Formats: sequence, structure tokens, C-alpha cells
Amino acid sequence: MEITTRHYKHCDLLNVKGRVDSYTAPQLSEAIEAVNKAGGYKIVLDMTGLEYMSSAGFRALLLGQKTCKRYNRGEIVLASVPKRIYDALELTGFTPLFKIFDDITAAVGSF
Amino acid sequence: MRTAIFPAQYKNLEDMCQFVVQAAKDAGLGESDTCAVELAVDEACSNIIEHAYGVENGGEIECTCETEGDSLTVILRDHGKPFEPERVKMPDITAKVEDRTAGGLGIYMIKKLMDEVRFEALGDAGNLLTLIKRKGKE
Repeated sequence: MEITTRHYKHCDLLNVKGRVDSYTAPQLSEAIEAVNKAGGYKIVLDMTGLEYMSSAGFRALLLGQKTCKRYNRGEIVLASVPKRIYDALELTGFTPLFKIFDDITAAVGSF
Repeated sequence: MRTAIFPAQYKNLEDMCQFVVQAAKDAGLGESDTCAVELAVDEACSNIIEHAYGVENGGEIECTCETEGDSLTVILRDHGKPFEPERVKMPDITAKVEDRTAGGLGIYMIKKLMDEVRFEALGDAGNLLTLIKRKGKE
């Protein structure tokens, strides 16, 4: 798995590539926490290059979303969600917990 | 039939997934069925590593894949603590963000993704988890 973070004026863009499973999910949590630590709570998660995500990744997203949404200070939104990952998110009832955008421009523009 | 033994560590999850994905493809399962098997096996092995053995404590997971007619059977065997599926609370997948918990999600997904799921605690012979996926219409 590979994560790159880019800071924009109104939000932070996290690009996640590869596989997020029980082994790599802690890195996703750390990346979200690092943005939080710098005062960022509006996060776009770009899933364009994401090949695979298990419930360990969903757990990391859920914890991140709880932190970001606290005090109405922001939220995590998802962009370019591959179909197989969307299906798994839907199966577990996670789709209503995140705004989902077709592309990064729309997601970044939502903040 | 093919069998592989993996050290029960998170870093081996990708190899375990590759093993069952190949078996699913060879069995003629379609893309979405193959994805379902991969995810279910990942969730099952993650649970074995976390709960049966205690994270990274060692132990092994033996994975056997068998094709029978129009279905793929994956059998996972471990020698960790006996698993009691009835004690796992099913997650409330309709709760709001602030009330949502991620516990029990793995087992919930396994049951949703596979056509048949069987847990057996065999004492010294370990725990057996049998997962069956039938070819869907794709």
C-alpha cells in the first residue's frame, strides 16, 4: 500500500494505492491522524489506485470519520471508489456514512 | 485439491488471498465471486490471527481449496483458541457514524459473501472453518 498526502487550501487529499488489509490498515490510520494532528479535518480520500480493502480498512475509515466529524469540524469524503470496494462498503452499510464522489475535482470542490 | 500452510501473521494475508484467488479462477468462478472469496478468506484469516492466536503470536493457518461441480470449498484450519461464533455480536449496519462500531464486521461479511459457512472446534485437531462459494450467474 502507498499513501501520499497533498494539502489544499480547503482540504487535504489522501491518495491510497494498493491493498488495505489488517497488515496495512494501521498506515491508513496514521496518515489520517497525521492530517488531524496538523489541524486538518476535511479530507478527500482518493481511491483511484486502490485495489483492495478489507474490514480493517473500513474500521480505519470509520475511526477517522468519527474524529473528523466531531464538533462539526469536517469529514472524510471518498472519491473514485472502485466498484468492488463500493460493493463491500455497501454490504457493510458503510456507504451512507461517507459522501462519495465520482472524481477528485468534485470531491475537493465540495469543501 | 490444493493445500498451503501459512504462518499466521498479517503480513501473509496477501499471499493467502493470492492462493485462494488462483483456486477460485481455476474453479471457473467469475470476477465478483472471486472477489467475494478473497474478501471472505482475508476476513477469516484476520480473525484467526487476531482472536485464535493473538496477534503475531505465531501458529499456522492451513488452507485447502477444493473444486466440486459448480462450487469452490475453502477449508481453513488453525490450532489457536476455539472460536465461538455464537458469542460474536452482529454489527448494527444501520447505526449513525457516532454510534457505529466495527466489531463483528468480519464474520458478518463472511456470512454475507459466502453461500455456506461452517465453524467446527475439533479440540487437538484445531478449528475448522469451511467456506463454500457456488458459481453465480455473471
